[in-house]
Parts: sequence; C-alpha cells; structure tokens
Amino acid sequence: MRRDVVLRIASKFILAPLLLFALYVQFHGDYGPGGGFQAGVIAAASVILHALIKGLGPTQRIVPPALLEILIPAGVLLYGSIGVAGMLTGGNFLDYSHLAHDPVHGQEWGVFLVEAGVFLTVASSMVAVFYAFAGRRRS
Amino acid sequence: MTPIEEPAFVEPFVTLVLLLLLVAIAIGTVRVRGLFAVVVMLGAYSFLMATLFVVLDAVDVAMTEASVGAGVSTVLFLGALYLTDTKEATGKARRLAPLFVSMVTAGALLWGLSDLPEFGSPAQPIHTRGADYLARSLPDTGIPNVVTSVLASYRGFDTLGETAVVFTAAIGVLVLFRRRGGRGKA
Repeated sequence: MRRDVVLRIASKFILAPLLLFALYVQFHGDYGPGGGFQAGVIAAASVILHALIKGLGPTQRIVPPALLEILIPAGVLLYGSIGVAGMLTGGNFLDYSHLAHDPVHGQEWGVFLVEAGVFLTVASSMVAVFYAFAGRRRS
Repeated sequence: MTPIEEPAFVEPFVTLVLLLLLVAIAIGTVRVRGLFAVVVMLGAYSFLMATLFVVLDAVDVAMTEASVGAGVSTVLFLGALYLTDTKEATGKARRLAPLFVSMVTAGALLWGLSDLPEFGSPAQPIHTRGADYLARSLPDTGIPNVVTSVLASYRGFDTLGETAVVFTAAIGVLVLFRRRGGRGKA
C-alpha cells in the first residue's frame, strides 16, 4: 500500500473534508439529518481510512489506543452527568429545562452536550474495534 | 416533503426496483462461496437499504445505515476475513431443519403483516395517540429536526441506554481480543 500513489494522494484530499463533514453532521443535527451517532461513525471512518492507507502504526501515534480507552467511557459519563445535572438544577433525570436561564436554551444546551457524549463513545468505540481487528496477527 | 410535484408512479416504481435488487443481492449472498464477494455484496445491500430509507423520507436512518452498514462494517468484515479465511466451508448439508425454520418464520411474519395498518395511512395509532412531538418540538426545545429532539430530549433515557450498549459492545470486543490476542495491545 505504501507505494500506491493514487490511493495515497486521493486519501489526502478526502481525509480533511471527511473530518469536517463529521463535525458538520454533529453540529447541524439540530436542523438537518444527523447527530452524534452518525457523526461519530463518520469521524471513525476517517481514522480507519488513515489507518488503511498509512498503516496501523502511524495512525496509533495520532489516536493512541489508551486515549480511546478513556474516551469510550467518557462519552457515557458525559451523557449521564448531564442527566444528573438536570436533577441538581431542580428537574428530573435528563430534564434539560433548568440547565440555562430559560427552558428552550436549557434544552438546546442539554441536547448539544448529550450528542457530544454520544459522538465520543461511538467514534472511539468504532476505532477501538477496528484496532482490535487490525492489530491481531493471523493465527 | 418534496418541493417539486412528481408523478404518483415514481415512488412505487423506485421502491419496487430497489426491493428487487435487494432480493437479488440477498440470493447472491447466500449462493456465492467466495467471502470477499459476499462482503462487497453486503455493502451494496446496505447502500440499497439506505436509498430505500431515503425514498421513505427517513434520512437519519439512511445516514446511519450508509455509514455503519456500508462503511465501517465492511472494513470490519474484511478484517475478520484477513484473520480467518476467504472461502466459505462447504459442510455436510442438512437442509431440512433450516428450511423448516425459515418457512415458519416467513409464515409468521406474513401472518403478522395482515395486522399492520395500511402503509402511510393517517389513521395509524402512532398518528392519533400519544404525544404530538411534531407540534411541540420547536416551542419546547427550539430544535426544528424532530428526530433529534425526540432522540436526545424527549426520549433521552433511551438514547442513554443506546450509548451504554455501544460502550458495552466496545468493551466486550476489547476484552475478548486482549485475552485471546496474545500481543497484549488491542
């Protein structure tokens, strides 16, 4: 794969727009199709593409497996803590209405942070599963 | 949803073509023994499903199907093929029991089909009972995309469960591969 010029150059052009598109899907999910799950998968796909072209070693220097093992639970924790924050501010679990000065703003903040949690967990899970497959030697 | 008025036969026609292609690919997946071809066909199957979801105006689901089904899982299947073998093992065929099971399942599904409300009918229970999220979403949450507001706010607890499922699956794969992998680095 190292000498395959077409794939290398093409992936160079695709990678940055792919990551950007993941962010677009993440932040535009309130207005169009998409959200944390889809954005997470697209972001993971860009990391996987990088690994397919450059090899596992260079990719794991950028996105180390240890980082993934922190991010996978961090997303769930972020989600859960937003729920607890709803309770602490005087609502029910996962009730975002009291997170900001008025309910609509609170809802927007809650949805934003919750989607960020979903993004973290999904993206890092996908990459971690790919690393698990790709890092194994053939038995 | 569509700004341009289209002839009434277009959508059923597109749906029919997509469904026929799906059936063809499903049969191909079962018949072909070379697993590389099967993986590629599964990717094509996912893309057709995604297109079908777009025809049904379920854009969020289509996006998920295209990215997960056709994208990431194709790569994971190829990784699994690299670790195992690219040819399907041809075992001693005991075809009666599987045939029976699939006949019974198909019969039950067809029987259940007769109880479903008519496709697209406004008299479906989902349109007449329950919370009216379509009207409530914008004033409640300020989010125009109702799918997002239902997923993340009204049904936030379900999505928390979903995220926990993804978390559990990832941890499970990591633990399995680390124990059997031998290299110690997942």
